[in-house]
Amino acid sequence: MDLTLKIWRQANSQAKGKMVEYKVSNVSPDSSFFEMLDVLNQNLIEKGEDPVAFDHDCREGICGTCSLYINGRAHGPDSGITTCQLHMRKFKDGDTIYIEPWRAKPFPIIKDLIVNRGAFDEIIQAGGFVSVNTGGVPDANAIPIPKPDADLAMDAAACIGCGACVATCKNASAMLFVAAKVSQFAHLPQGKVEASIRVQRMVAKMDELGFGNCSNTYACEAECPKEISVSHIAKMNREFLFAKVAAQANEK
Amino acid sequence: MTKLDAKIPEGPLTEKWTNYIDKQKLVNPANKRKLDIIVVGTGLAGASAAASFAELGYKVKAFCYQDSPRRAHSIAAQGGINAAKNYPNDGDNIYRLFYDTIKGGDYRAREANVYRLAQVSNNIIDQCVAQGVPFAREYGGLLDNRSFGGAQVSRTFYARGQTGQQLLLGAYSALARQIGKGNVKMYTRRDMLDLVLVDGRARGIITRNLVNGEIERHAAHTVVLATGGYGNVFFLSTNAMGSNVTPVWAAYKKGAFFSNPCFVQIHPTCIPVHGDFQSKLTLMSESLRNDGRIWVPKKLEDAEKIRKGQMKAKEIKEEDRDYYLERRYPAFGNLVPRDVASRAAKERCDAGYGVGTTGLAVYLDFSEAIGRLGKNVVEARYGNLFQMYEKIVDDNPYETPMMIYPAIHYTMGGLWVDYELMSNVNGLYVLGEANFSDHGANRLGASALMQGLADGYFVIPNTIANYLSDQIHVPRFTGNEPEFVQTAKEVQDRLDRLMNVKGNQSVDSIHKRLGHIMWDYVGMARTAEGLKKAISEIQTLRKEFWSDLKIPGNQNEYNPELEKAHRVADFLELGELMARDALIREESCGGHFREEYQTEGGEALRNDKDFMFVSAWEYKGEDQEPVLHKESLKYEFIEVKVRNYK
Ligand SMILES: Cc1cc2nc3c(=O)[nH]c(=O)nc-3n(C[C@H](O)[C@H](O)[C@H](O)COP(=O)(O)OP(=O)(O)OC[C@H]3O[C@@H](n4cnc5c(N)ncnc54)[C@H](O)[C@@H]3O)c2cc1C
Ligand code: FES
Repeated sequence: MDLTLKIWRQANSQAKGKMVEYKVSNVSPDSSFFEMLDVLNQNLIEKGEDPVAFDHDCREGICGTCSLYINGRAHGPDSGITTCQLHMRKFKDGDTIYIEPWRAKPFPIIKDLIVNRGAFDEIIQAGGFVSVNTGGVPDANAIPIPKPDADLAMDAAACIGCGACVATCKNASAMLFVAAKVSQFAHLPQGKVEASIRVQRMVAKMDELGFGNCSNTYACEAECPKEISVSHIAKMNREFLFAKVAAQANEK
Repeated sequence: MTKLDAKIPEGPLTEKWTNYIDKQKLVNPANKRKLDIIVVGTGLAGASAAASFAELGYKVKAFCYQDSPRRAHSIAAQGGINAAKNYPNDGDNIYRLFYDTIKGGDYRAREANVYRLAQVSNNIIDQCVAQGVPFAREYGGLLDNRSFGGAQVSRTFYARGQTGQQLLLGAYSALARQIGKGNVKMYTRRDMLDLVLVDGRARGIITRNLVNGEIERHAAHTVVLATGGYGNVFFLSTNAMGSNVTPVWAAYKKGAFFSNPCFVQIHPTCIPVHGDFQSKLTLMSESLRNDGRIWVPKKLEDAEKIRKGQMKAKEIKEEDRDYYLERRYPAFGNLVPRDVASRAAKERCDAGYGVGTTGLAVYLDFSEAIGRLGKNVVEARYGNLFQMYEKIVDDNPYETPMMIYPAIHYTMGGLWVDYELMSNVNGLYVLGEANFSDHGANRLGASALMQGLADGYFVIPNTIANYLSDQIHVPRFTGNEPEFVQTAKEVQDRLDRLMNVKGNQSVDSIHKRLGHIMWDYVGMARTAEGLKKAISEIQTLRKEFWSDLKIPGNQNEYNPELEKAHRVADFLELGELMARDALIREESCGGHFREEYQTEGGEALRNDKDFMFVSAWEYKGEDQEPVLHKESLKYEFIEVKVRNYK
C-alpha cells in the first residue's frame, strides 16, 4: 500500500506545531499502524531528519501508553482497540491519514504526538485506592463477593488509563476515567469503607486539574478501547450524591 | 568462593524464613524517616516494594521510564498468579508448589528461596483481594482457580485475561496512596543509566530525564533494582518495546555478578512471525493449553500442501493429525512445561511438519473443546484472547485452528542475589525478573507474578532492615559527592560518544541483526560451534555499532533514538555474555538446550555431577574476559530426579 500521512509535528511543549505531509510506500496490510510508522521513521532517519515521536510500549493494547488521534478518532477507525492494535488492513491503498496527538488542556504536548498524562496519576493519588497496608489482611476467601458484582468491578477495572475518553470529549472531561475507578471499588465490599471520601476527593482533584464537565454525549464510551460503559458514570454520580447527602447530614 | 555467600538461614526448610524473621535486626520508626531508599522500576516487584517501604516509614524515591508507574511491563501478563491456597481441595500445599517450582526449574534454583516463595504466595492473594483486585470468582462468591503448565493441581488465580494488569493496578494504587501522602517521590520518564558506589556501597543512581535530556544525580542509603527482564536482546520478543537491561548491566559493570544469563524462556504459544517489518511478538496465554489441543499434520505431503495454501487445516482428517504433545507426554499432554512444549514444536517444524506460509507454526485447535463445552463456554473462558488473535491475524479461531510458534518471553537469569535479595554489591538489592533467584533453568507459568509480588511485598521489607539498621548514623547523601559527579560525567561521556559516531545505520537495523544472531545461535537449540560463532559475530557487530551508528536530533530534547541506542549498546555486550554462559554449560537443562546433550528420544540431558551450580559472572573491564564464579546448589530436602512429564 502507498499512503500519504499528515502528521502533527511540534519540537517541544513551547514550540509551535504544524501538520507535515509524508509519503510511505510498500506498506504491508498485515503490519500494524506502529510498524507503518516505524517504516516512516527509518526513512526519516536515513535522510537525517528527526523521526516522529509517539508514545508506545507494550504494543498489545494493555499498557495504555499509546495515544493517537487518527482521522479524527481516538485510536483510529476500528472500535474496541488501541492504536497499537490497529492494523493497516483497515486502510486502503492511496489513503491519506491524519495523525494528531490527544488534544486537551490537562494533557500538554511534550513533543510531536506525545502528551503528558500525569494528571491521571494525580487523580488516583487523591483517592483511587483502598487504604490497606501490606500485611495483616484477612484470608482472601473470608469475604465472599457475588460473581455478578465481581464481574462488574472487573469491567470497570479494565480501564488502561490511556486518556482516549478525555481526548474525545468536547469538554475534555475525565468522567469515564474517574468513574471506572470509583465504580470498581463501589462494587466491592473492600471499597465500601472509604466510598464517600474517595469519590469526593477524586472528583475535586479532577475539577482542580482543569478537566471539563460531563454533558452526557457518550463519545467517551464509543471511543474507549476497553469499551468501558457510561453506566459507571451513573454509578459514580449516585456515589457522589450519597456522599454529599451523608456529609450534609453529618454537618447537622 | 567466599564472595558468594547466599546467607541461607539455619534450620529445617520449613522454618528458615520464620527463623530469619525472628532474628532479623529492626529499624525503629523514628530512624526510618532518616533513611532514603531508591527503587528503580515500578512493575509488580518495584511498585509493591516502594509502597511497602513507604508504609513502614522510609523515604522513597521511585523511578520508571514510562510516563506513569501504571504502565510497567507487568501490566501485560495475562494468565494468572500461583498460590498454594488449595481452595479447590485438589491436594495442593506449600510443599507441592515448592516442589513443582524446583522441578519445573530443572533443579537449578535454590531450595531455601523457592520454599519461602511458596510460603508467602498465600499472603499475596490475601493482600491483593484486600486492595480490591477483582479476581475471577465462582457463583458462590469464592475465588476461582485454573491450571497451568507443569502442575497437576489448579492453583492459578486470575482476573479474566488481564491478571498482570489487575495486580499491577493494585500495587500502583498502593504506591499512588504513598505518593499522595508525600512518602514516595515518583520520577517518571527517567532512564537509569548508571549506579553510584561510595566506598563500595550502592548509594545512588544517575538518570537521564527523557523529556529534556538532563543528566540527574539521585542519592539514597540503599538502591533497589526492579527493572525487569532482558528478553529484548533478541529484538523480537513478547516484552514491551522499552524493556531493557541497562540498569542491570550498569550494576554488573560496577561489580555485581550476573547469574545464569543463558537461561531464557521461550514461550510455546505466541503468534508466529509474519514479516521483516515486525516489531514485536504477541503472546497467547498459556491458559489456552487448558482446552486447546496442539497438532501438526502426520503426513509430510499434507504439511506441504498447507504451506502452499492448497489445503486447509479442517480438511485434514482426525487420524492424519499428530497431537505430538499428547503422544510424547501422555501424563501432562498439552500442559507440559514451556521449555518442553517449545522444543517439541521446533522439532516438528524442523522435521518438515510445520504449517503456515513459513512452516514455522503449529496448530492450537479448539474444535474438540467447542464440541465438548459449547461455544459459549469457550468464549467465556478465552473470548478476549480469541478476539486479540483475530485482530492481529485476521482469522477466526472459532472456525479455524490458531497458529502458534515459540517466542522469547522471559529471562530466568539476572543479577546474583543472596537469600536477602542483596547482590554481592553491598546495599544493592535486586527484585523480580531482574534477579536470577527462583526459577532455575525454566519458569513455570503464573510464577513470575508470584515472585515479583513476594519479593516486593513480603521479602524485601523485612530483609532490607537488616542492612539499614546499620545505616542509621549515616547522614543523607546529597548527590554532590565526588563519586556522583564522576559517575555523571562518565554517563555524559558515553552519551556524547553515541551521538558522535555519526555513521549511517539506525539503531533498529543493528538491533535486528543482533536479534538474528541471538535467535539462530543462542535461542532454542544451541551448539558449541554455534555459540562460538555468535560470540565472534556479536563482537564484529559491536564494532560496527560504535563506528557506523546514526542518531538524529540532539541530546537535550526528547530523543527516542538516543534512548534506544544506549539500550542496544548494552544488549550488544549482554548477548556475548549469554553466549559464553551457554557455552560453558555443557548440559541441557530447562530452557537451555545444547544439541550435543540429549537423550535418544530428544529429551534434555542434564549433568548434575558437573553443572549443578549457579553461574555468576564478574565483569573485568572492556575487552577483558569476564570471570566465572560458581554457587553450587545443594538439595537437602528434595530428591533430585530426571524431569519426567511422560
Ligand atoms: C506478554 C507477557 C505475559 C506474561 N504473563 C504472565 C503470567 O500470566 N503469569 C506470570 O506469572 N508471569 C507472566 N509474565 C511474566 C511477568 O509478567 C514478568 O516477569 C513480571 O511482570 C516482571 O515484573 P517486574 O516487576 O520484575 O518488572 P517489569 O514489570 O518489567 O517492570 C520493570 C520496571 O522497571 C522500569 N525500568 C526498566 N528499565 C529502566 C531504566 N533503564 N530506567 C528506569 N526504569 C526502568 C520500568 O519502567 C518498569 O517500571 C508475562 C510476561 C509477558 C511478556
Ligand atoms: S502500546 Fe500499550 S496499549 Fe498501545
